[in-house]
Amino acid sequence: MSVTLEQVDVIARLSKLEFNQEEKSKFVEQFNQILQYMEKLNELDTEPIEPTYNVLDISNVTRPDELKPWLSQDEALQNAPRTKHGFFSVPKVIG
Amino acid sequence: MQLTDLDYTSLRKRIVGREITCAQLVADYLDNIREKKPLNAFISVFEKDARQRAEEIDRKISANNAGALAGLVLGIKDLIVLSGAPTTCGSKILSNFISPYDATVIKKLAQADAVFIGKTNMDEFAMGSSSETSFSGAVKNPTATDRVAGGSSGGSAAAVAGNLCTAALGSDTGGSIRQPASFCGVVGIKPTYGRVSRFGLIAYASSLDQIGPLCKSVDDAASILNVISGYDHLDSTSANQPTEDYTTYLNRDVKGLIIGLPKEYYGAGLDPEIRQNIENRAAQLGKAGAEIVEVSLPHTEYAIAAYYIIATAEASSNLARFDGARYGVRAEKVMDLEEMYVKSRTEGFGSEVKRRIMLGTYVLSSGYYDAYYRKAQKVRTLIRQDFNNVFAQVDCLLTPIAPTTAFRLGEKIDDPLTMYLSDIYTVSCNLAGLPGIALPSGADSHGLPIGLQLLGKPFSEGKLLQVADFLEKLN
Repeated sequence: MSVTLEQVDVIARLSKLEFNQEEKSKFVEQFNQILQYMEKLNELDTEPIEPTYNVLDISNVTRPDELKPWLSQDEALQNAPRTKHGFFSVPKVIG
Repeated sequence: MQLTDLDYTSLRKRIVGREITCAQLVADYLDNIREKKPLNAFISVFEKDARQRAEEIDRKISANNAGALAGLVLGIKDLIVLSGAPTTCGSKILSNFISPYDATVIKKLAQADAVFIGKTNMDEFAMGSSSETSFSGAVKNPTATDRVAGGSSGGSAAAVAGNLCTAALGSDTGGSIRQPASFCGVVGIKPTYGRVSRFGLIAYASSLDQIGPLCKSVDDAASILNVISGYDHLDSTSANQPTEDYTTYLNRDVKGLIIGLPKEYYGAGLDPEIRQNIENRAAQLGKAGAEIVEVSLPHTEYAIAAYYIIATAEASSNLARFDGARYGVRAEKVMDLEEMYVKSRTEGFGSEVKRRIMLGTYVLSSGYYDAYYRKAQKVRTLIRQDFNNVFAQVDCLLTPIAPTTAFRLGEKIDDPLTMYLSDIYTVSCNLAGLPGIALPSGADSHGLPIGLQLLGKPFSEGKLLQVADFLEKLN
């Protein structure tokens, strides 16, 4: 598989990143080099193999739903670029 | 001999024996940090807090109620959060972030009376093998300043090797503790996945990341691991396994242990000087009564491809949170929400981070998920099975850490694939969730440190420390 300039545009849009033409051309070149290397995995027949998403034999870690002290509203907002009335504030979503 | 040359185990005797004070020790490290600023090992230094904390601990020592790590002066990799302190991850996007809480490891170390002297430099978001991608600039190797310190915990390794602190915390996703430890000539441990809480560690690849210490001796590694290990209800991937006193594995012999040399780790591409060094070490272990056997991990050659698919996929998801809305740097003059996301991320991330987000997004995208991501997770199963088979026969594995000693600054930075391939001996350990230790083992003909690696089955840190300690004390 190889990647085209158009595909790089699609991936950039999904990644919420922007690139200029020069960066995009470099990406196409580097991506294809890296993806070509990853093709190596196709040498292996993995049809009957189960995937490993997590190496620990644990799943669905739950806990009682109890209220415990945690960050105050001020602390939770202290790193926000903009706040308003105790909320995170962002530019208009709907025009 | 300066105080700052010593490991914690030696310093502790002098601190508890009142020969020296923590305040004096901290002052000496601060002098070294100033003097060796060109190493660029630290992103921030807590001069006032560290001095104040040292005085408090000196008072505790006088009152005979000091903790297990009293006077241990630590550097903290700048992706572990510490309340009230900046945590940048080596990135512009977090250059203004001040953590409102402590990571679990920080809480535990503070309770044991360690002193935090500053935050160490690193590859941006831990993505790199050379500590050259930091927004704060490249870290230099204290042994040879035209060489890289390794990555991504290069600042932690350089700080310990350069005597800027007694020990440091790092994180290891594909070798990020072990490889810089090896390049700088210090001890580093990547614990079993789940052994140390990751609460308060800013995530790169969540199924691979682990926190561990970089330090000056195996004794120190055991003492620090004793404090930071254990279950944490705040980390749902933390392992609910009993902890051990790792210092009980020190000062033992290696008689009767079976140590494997995986042949795939000694193939073409390995520097002959490193091979010779490690073969000599294997012979020493053999002479001391260990049985040395050749073993095979047949899927080793697929590890890099599987690793970079899985790691970038998880990274693209983890780094989605950096959008300029709740924390971090927000781009100015944006018209709408979409533009805020795109501009903040485009201006905030460096090129290696963008490359990995893009790759990760691609391998997870519709139509490619099965071909890349699912395939890589299946290969991960094969790599785990290789280790399971081998650990049915041997107690641990002895291998190199990297194909070469520290390379030159700038040598690989423009060639991502070549940089990725240098991780060949370290990534499998993370894919299988195993513990691994990096131990210094002399130097090559250029005087650059050589490191060896010991790998064991999950939760066998004690046995790895035992073998590493034995080898260290042979020197």
